[in-house]
Amino acid sequence: MNLSIDVLEKDNCSTVRLSGEIDVYTANKLKTRLIPLTEREGTVVEVDFSQVRYMDSTGLGVFIGALKSTKKHSSHLKLTHLNRRVLRLFKITGLNEIMDIEER
Amino acid sequence: MKAIMLDKETYKQLLNQYISTQDEGALYRAERLTRNFIKKNILPEEIIDLHIQVLRETYPTIYEEMVYMCQFLLETMISYGLAIQENETLREKQLAMRTEISLAANIQKTLLSSTLPEVDGLDIGVISVPAKQMNGDYYHFVTGKDGSIGIALADIIGKGIPAALCMSMIKYAMESFPEQLMNPNDILRRLNHVVELNVDSSMFITMIYAKYKNGLLTYASAGHEPGIYYCKETDTFYNLKAKGLVLGVSTDVSYSQYEQELKAGDMIILLTDGVTEYRNGDQFAKRGELLRIIRQSMKLKAQDIVENVYQHFNSLSEYYQQDDFTLIILKKY
Repeated sequence: MNLSIDVLEKDNCSTVRLSGEIDVYTANKLKTRLIPLTEREGTVVEVDFSQVRYMDSTGLGVFIGALKSTKKHSSHLKLTHLNRRVLRLFKITGLNEIMDIEER
Repeated sequence: MKAIMLDKETYKQLLNQYISTQDEGALYRAERLTRNFIKKNILPEEIIDLHIQVLRETYPTIYEEMVYMCQFLLETMISYGLAIQENETLREKQLAMRTEISLAANIQKTLLSSTLPEVDGLDIGVISVPAKQMNGDYYHFVTGKDGSIGIALADIIGKGIPAALCMSMIKYAMESFPEQLMNPNDILRRLNHVVELNVDSSMFITMIYAKYKNGLLTYASAGHEPGIYYCKETDTFYNLKAKGLVLGVSTDVSYSQYEQELKAGDMIILLTDGVTEYRNGDQFAKRGELLRIIRQSMKLKAQDIVENVYQHFNSLSEYYQQDDFTLIILKKY
């Protein structure tokens, strides 16, 4: 499986639409696209998970990296439309309590 | 003399045979000869050079244009020759690297080996199988002076060599903590600090730390896959409730500590997500399947149960172990 990444940039908001699977094979590709977006001060990066079927812990690592980057650059990360399985990962790891996550 | 010249006569004979008969047998033998050339590291341009020599000997009156053509071809082949040599060097390097990794994997095994403690009234089983050479799961048992045992189970995300290095860091950090402060929540709080300072931003660690003494399990979790408690009296499996952030994300994190009393026949099951998160084709395994297998073999020794579970998953068709697999079972008797 593959992951396609569409980025829509508008004013101070970037919307990242993901489609496919986030795993050890696609995580690096996502990291390369996502991290630079979070490096602009004051920007809101919204990641839309509605087409994400599966994510593993390597994928989680990418979002932890992105979260750290938002703290460093005063930007904001928001995750939307996570399916139950993906949301479970954020809940087990306690990340849902420190991240802005909107359930599906 | 160059290695290729040893085969000049054979090449000449095959070429002449083909020119006069167009016999497939000659082509077949020529192909075998080429394989031999490759073994001897003979480059494409050397073969063309040989070809020119053979042409000149066979047809002394050959048009010079034909020879020029071959020389031209020879020059264009040189880059291929270089590519082949480069490939060969890479292959040697890769072999050397593979040897180093397997040495490192052995060192890891020695460094991180943990012997099962002997505890009255507790039967312990453990299995840990890496998906690749280096294991990103880590477990460790310690025995305290007061007769308690400590159990650490961690999953380092980011796999392979970086994870293995990170694991050694955790092990030595834990060993440096003073024993009187060995409460699960303290250990996680301190470890979080160590990990936060040292680890690459997209790497993180989940860990469950448990302490067992006289029928009481005290534990805390840093974002780890929930453990399971089997209650003999009600014959039911329960998730071990625990909340806590993974290690290495925030600087100041405090962890809650929980307790679970164990009676004879009760069990505690600790695992990493490699046990429940593997994929069988398009199917995802569920915790239910794990519990079903454990229930089937519940009467066995703890070590036999964990081995049974691994055998079960490993024998499924299309099973491909993507993640490190670690399972610990504590059985109170």
